[in-house]
Amino acid sequence: MVILAAMEVYLPSAAETSDTKIVVKDFMFKPTPVTVKAGATVTWTNMDDEPHTVVSDTGVFKSGGMDTNESFSFKFDKPGTYHFTCSIHPRMVGTIVVQ
Amino acid sequence: MSDDQSLLSRRNALKCMAYGGAGTLFALSGGVFTPINLAMAAGDKQGAAKLGKPLFVQISDTHIGFNKEANPDVNGTLTQTIDIVNGMSAQPALIIHTGDITHLSKPAEFDLAQQLFTRLRTTEMHTVPGEHDTTDATVTEYFNRFGKASNNKGYYSFDHEGVHFVGLINVLQFKPGGLGTLGEEQLAWVAADLKGRSASTPIVVFAHMPLWTIYEPWGWGTGDADQLMSQLRRFGSVTVLNGHIHQIVQKVEGNMTFHTARSTSYPQPAAGVGSGPGPLKVPADQLAAMLGITSVSVVKHPSSLALNDTALA
Repeated sequence: MVILAAMEVYLPSAAETSDTKIVVKDFMFKPTPVTVKAGATVTWTNMDDEPHTVVSDTGVFKSGGMDTNESFSFKFDKPGTYHFTCSIHPRMVGTIVVQ
Repeated sequence: MSDDQSLLSRRNALKCMAYGGAGTLFALSGGVFTPINLAMAAGDKQGAAKLGKPLFVQISDTHIGFNKEANPDVNGTLTQTIDIVNGMSAQPALIIHTGDITHLSKPAEFDLAQQLFTRLRTTEMHTVPGEHDTTDATVTEYFNRFGKASNNKGYYSFDHEGVHFVGLINVLQFKPGGLGTLGEEQLAWVAADLKGRSASTPIVVFAHMPLWTIYEPWGWGTGDADQLMSQLRRFGSVTVLNGHIHQIVQKVEGNMTFHTARSTSYPQPAAGVGSGPGPLKVPADQLAAMLGITSVSVVKHPSSLALNDTALA
């Protein structure tokens, strides 16, 4: 289990506050995998009519249900490889590599 | 499919289109559960009465909070469903809700759903959560309201009129890229729960996600369901119910009948059609039919129960 002191922020829309954006559309995370530098914030935005979530496989981060056009952001302070899944549709998987 | 045994004429089937979101009525008939169409029950009360005393009604996937194009009025279609149940000549003793009560696990959605449910004349409702009911950060909204029966575990059993009901949860221990999961603890509980019960006890198992694999690429199945089935196989009458896929799929395997319920909220595409299992947009005048049409023909001998899906269009 990786424990991070990190910020977890809900944003009402895809605000311009993050370094990296991942779109959730057609039941896929795009792009993935994504490589970012330590300290970067990644924002996922759901573009489907169906809700999705973003849940770290190791429990490092977890969004609530994101409805259409809702976003979730997480700041990655520690280098490592982070796999994540949509808990509503577990076949949807993605990876963030933090350098 | 066996068209020659269909109970519904096309005329009756068309009549059923007048009804929107509909649950599935189960009547105990010769010790075997006979799913019949709820719209048919409402439109043809005599026919429904012949099938036996209604034991319970299954409602599923109400998705309160959904407001997209596929159905901007899920409250209305749930209300319509409740009206159909309330209008039945013999009220079922129980309602079973097989999950996705809400769309986004929000407190206001749960509150509204509970408020709508209070209109049911049948007051005893048993629930299991869907994955849409458990997306809140602490996974507490569902359990705060519906967790009492299971001591907040999500799985529980009860008996009614000689039938043993088992409610299971398969939406929490998801595995990335995989199917729903029951988990070792729950499977061990089921084994203990069923131990010592007579094989002649009719068993009804209900969960949200299908307990058999319907379409793995979309997660329409439960990875460790085989371990459950091996425990159920010795019983003479087993009915396995779920929701999740918003359409009827059913199969009979020995003494076990598997049946998925329609949603009261919006249809979903058939397995593998399109990019994923999201809301299916259909013309407004077709929505009621997508939510409400099911025909089931019944062969008189209980062991040759036949379940049929009939498309109207």
